[in-house]
Amino acid sequence: MSFEPKIVGFLCNWCSYRGADLAGTARMKCAPNVRIIRVMCSGRVEPAFIFKAFQLGADGVLVLGCHPGDCHYAEGNYKTIRRMALLEKMLSQLGIEADRVRLDWVSASEGDRFVSIVDDMTEKVRALGSFTKDSDEEKHG
Amino acid sequence: MNLEDIIKETKTYYCLECGKCTAVCPVSRYNSNFSPRLMLERALMGYRDELIHDRELFSCLACYACSKLCPSDVDYPVFTQKVRNLASGEGEHGDCAHSGTLHSLMKLMSRSDIRQRRLDWLDGCRTSEKSEVLYFVGCAPYFQPVFEDIEVSPVNIARNSIKILNALGIEPMVLPNERCCGHDLLWTGDVETFKKLAQLNAQMIKESGARKIVFSCPEGYRTFKIDYPQYVELDCELMHITELLAQNLATLSLRAKLSNPEVKRVTYQDPCRLGRHLGIYEPPREIIKAIPGIELTEMEHSGDESICCGTSAWTNCNSYSKDIRVERLLEAKATGAEVLVTSCPKCQIHFKCAMVDKSAQKGSDIEMKVMDIATLVTDALGGKSSE
Repeated sequence: MSFEPKIVGFLCNWCSYRGADLAGTARMKCAPNVRIIRVMCSGRVEPAFIFKAFQLGADGVLVLGCHPGDCHYAEGNYKTIRRMALLEKMLSQLGIEADRVRLDWVSASEGDRFVSIVDDMTEKVRALGSFTKDSDEEKHG
Repeated sequence: MNLEDIIKETKTYYCLECGKCTAVCPVSRYNSNFSPRLMLERALMGYRDELIHDRELFSCLACYACSKLCPSDVDYPVFTQKVRNLASGEGEHGDCAHSGTLHSLMKLMSRSDIRQRRLDWLDGCRTSEKSEVLYFVGCAPYFQPVFEDIEVSPVNIARNSIKILNALGIEPMVLPNERCCGHDLLWTGDVETFKKLAQLNAQMIKESGARKIVFSCPEGYRTFKIDYPQYVELDCELMHITELLAQNLATLSLRAKLSNPEVKRVTYQDPCRLGRHLGIYEPPREIIKAIPGIELTEMEHSGDESICCGTSAWTNCNSYSKDIRVERLLEAKATGAEVLVTSCPKCQIHFKCAMVDKSAQKGSDIEMKVMDIATLVTDALGGKSSE
């Protein structure tokens, strides 16, 4: 069986989650690899969430928020941008490839953009292979 | 292991209920909900659930102030460690500081397939591929991005420690895929992951052929010295950098190399793991005294009476922890010293954090320079320290 990456997606309630919803109601075809967790703002996504996802067996983490300037809470997504810089350092030290974590922006009207980001990320992570190479690692569905 | 076994193993039943532990406990002084005596009593009276589901179970700093005074020699920190292991089996894990980022990192490192790139800070340090001596870096590269904003640079401690080794004519090995020593996981009850980390480290060290391991982090040192032998076999001499330096003060010409630095008056914070855990009080003091022009003044509580920096294992860090730090910083300020020297990166992080956090209320009352002993020595060696 070919490798199907498990990607955890943190989507903000106001833009990206609506964008994903739009993609669904418009019946756009989209890779099924992203497990979506709705958060109120991409600014809610702490580095801890991302490490925890990898710790529990994710192969990639996708964080989606409102476009810069569009944040429902004015500047939540700017905070996310700043956090990502810190996070990237730690990820690279741990040997987690940069393509496994992606921060991007999807507005409520961009169902097609959501689909293209998910498809693109799924392919990139598929190319990298599973993050869990250990056979004895506990599996978390 | 059930509660009865823990009581037997740690000889908790010798408890006289005298309460010296609670009287001397730095946490109890501020947090009236926490009392070592009460915890022990609960265990002895069989109130198992009350004990393991008490959120204060994770408040103990394992600073050993209690056990030093205990007339019955009850090892309260080890009792706590084992009860926490019991509690973690039932989903208790204390309140992780930094949302558990650091704990997640440690758990990620316990995977055997992780390939870290953790050594890109080594510039200016001489290391070698093959050497008798291994320098155990510890978690500094991971702490660096987290604590940069409170002006603590853990990798500089590592860098300066290697520079000191270089000055002693040692070009140590460093492991490119070194794992966390597991101290924090062991003390928050995650013995399973701790074992994995210990095994991975032991295997890598065995393969490296090192005969001697030097630490700059007291937690790593304690863990290797006291905890690892219970789980893994490791046939190496272990040393803290202050011990190595103190030894060489006499034999080498290091003393002659030390020059007058900019600081005049310093005071020294004994890290619990180095002091009460391992009994190393004198080497750091000998080193400080050996630097010409520096005067060492002691705080009201020093040596085996010294007070912990307020948080351990990144767990239950709260306003009480900050109160402990403020108290300690006030003591340090009262000595008239310009610099608070310590030999543990976490002490430095915790004190700096209190200064930033409490700056509105306390401001310059607690503001003071905190420096690792490795940085102090590297400065004295010719001002090429990484700061």
